[in-house]
Amino acid sequence: MNYVVLIFLATTFAYLLAASTLSPRANYAEMQPRPSEEQIDARLDELNLNDKTPLAERYAHWITDVATGDFGKGVTGSSINEEMGRRVGVSLRLIFFGTIIGATSGVLIGAYGAVRQYRLFDRTSTGAAFFVLSVPAVVIAISLQVIAVAINEATGVQIFQYAGEYTTGLDAGFWGHLGNRIQHAILPTLALAIGQFAAFSRYQRNMMLDVIGSDFVRTAMAKGLTRRKALFKHALRTALIPTVTYFTFVFGIMLAGTTFTEKIYGWKGMGSWVIDSIVTNDVNAVAAVSCFMAVCVMAASFFSDILYAWLDPRVRVS
Amino acid sequence: MSMSAERAVIETESGHEGGDDEVRIPGRWSSVLRTTLRQRRVIAGIAVLVLLMLAAWVGPLFAQWGFEERDYANFLQPPSPEHWFGTDNTGRDIYILTMVGLQKSIIIGLLVAVITTVVAAVVGAFAGYFLGPTDKAMMWVTDLALVLPSFLILAILYPAIRGSGWLIFVLLLAAFMWMITAKMIRGMTISLKEREYVLAARYMGVPAWKIIFRHIIPNMSSLLIVDATINVSTAIIAETSLSYFGFGVQPPDVSLGSLIALGARQAVTHPWTFVFCTGLLIILVLAVNLIGEGLRDALDPQSKSRRA
Repeated sequence: MNYVVLIFLATTFAYLLAASTLSPRANYAEMQPRPSEEQIDARLDELNLNDKTPLAERYAHWITDVATGDFGKGVTGSSINEEMGRRVGVSLRLIFFGTIIGATSGVLIGAYGAVRQYRLFDRTSTGAAFFVLSVPAVVIAISLQVIAVAINEATGVQIFQYAGEYTTGLDAGFWGHLGNRIQHAILPTLALAIGQFAAFSRYQRNMMLDVIGSDFVRTAMAKGLTRRKALFKHALRTALIPTVTYFTFVFGIMLAGTTFTEKIYGWKGMGSWVIDSIVTNDVNAVAAVSCFMAVCVMAASFFSDILYAWLDPRVRVS
Repeated sequence: MSMSAERAVIETESGHEGGDDEVRIPGRWSSVLRTTLRQRRVIAGIAVLVLLMLAAWVGPLFAQWGFEERDYANFLQPPSPEHWFGTDNTGRDIYILTMVGLQKSIIIGLLVAVITTVVAAVVGAFAGYFLGPTDKAMMWVTDLALVLPSFLILAILYPAIRGSGWLIFVLLLAAFMWMITAKMIRGMTISLKEREYVLAARYMGVPAWKIIFRHIIPNMSSLLIVDATINVSTAIIAETSLSYFGFGVQPPDVSLGSLIALGARQAVTHPWTFVFCTGLLIILVLAVNLIGEGLRDALDPQSKSRRA
């Protein structure tokens, strides 16, 4: 119940803020020929965006629709619900692979780094993770673009594509389309994966170091288990519990906001919608995005707690 | 006499105090300072940060071009003896822009970190000390602020604050960075308020606000220092991200973030417009993070990063 109230308040706050700050009317000022004031008012009334209507009235209209699951129409007149469905799909495709690759590589490298503590591998991987965490996501994405251009120019082949999710108007059959999508997905996926690798490798290394010195690992080795078996069968399994819950949380949060990666690589997902909706003064879209983000944060928090309790018997008992 | 006493006086056999037999026990902060300065990464971080600050504030004095000056004969020129970091598409000297931008980024980072830490300390300590309705209300606000998409809210508010200068931007950034620290401080306060010295103060009739500011917050100073340090880099990165989309520092002001945003559009064809400001930003954040990690190791006995 607490979660529902928080989501409601967050969405309401975002709507009221957007409705009182953004100006959908300004979108018509640039039109040639410019519509008459009556036409603009009629159009804005139809979209429930008319600033001449009291804010309380607009909010009441909007919240009534939202209660029935309808987020209204965008400034172009298209359905927000349909647009959201489309964009969530785009974000999911991008995040799924980026997070899986980043988290898996991070966990493996972090765990191995902990086992080889203070050796060259550990120092190198820890240093790399520390460095990546100091680089803004924006810079990672742009740097990858620059590197990709250099590689494309050096090879004379368009190995990497870095604008959009696919090439529009491509006539290449199923495999051609698939290959084209993969070409477009490499860089943004890598940009996400690099950031995730850094976070997960540090997290997993710390978790693993906590567990390696535990009594149950020593006991396992004392009972005759090889170091490798004790570390992987006992230590890693235990150290993975908080990491799995952290992954759940991160995945939910990322679904709400891969803004930089999506915008830089021209993917029309939820993240880029954040910017687009503000630039186009799309109040209803802003409110919908806010609601979606609030739901993602809450769901991520809720499911990570549930998962932690399910995986860790100590939490279950307590 | 408390453990943190600056010196312990040991009585000699003859019953006299002091003399040559006086033993000095180092205070908490002097021992913390020693532990901190033993950390190589802290030394490295401080050294780099000092160099960057010198570059930011002293560097412009050596610039051959003024901040507002334009070289109309040299648009988008690569680095040269005349323009050390090259020029941008309006003929402005990138070296002077980068140094001024570095100044602004450092100031923004420090200000946001201080404001964030102060707000978090006050909210967390009051919530944890009073509990009950005060705690409920404060934690509700905290949870709500956590759920609100900060980037989105900052971007929506941007048109309203566009002409207000960068200080308003600093306050807005800080408004969305205090919540997690506040929750941590609340948890620590709940345990600290049961300590003997707090109970003693309470029984002596010391007002609650005085107990919070005199006893509870100072006893969390190590956490707050570490947190403030880490918040510096978080703020710098947040400013960069917002500036990239045009929601950050606005002309005529520049920051490393706004310079990266300008340079990014030409990064492929004219890399010098992007490389210098980006390089300095990464070095700045790295230096701050090194200090933060080192401080955590020195101040937090439970720190996992001490093994890093």
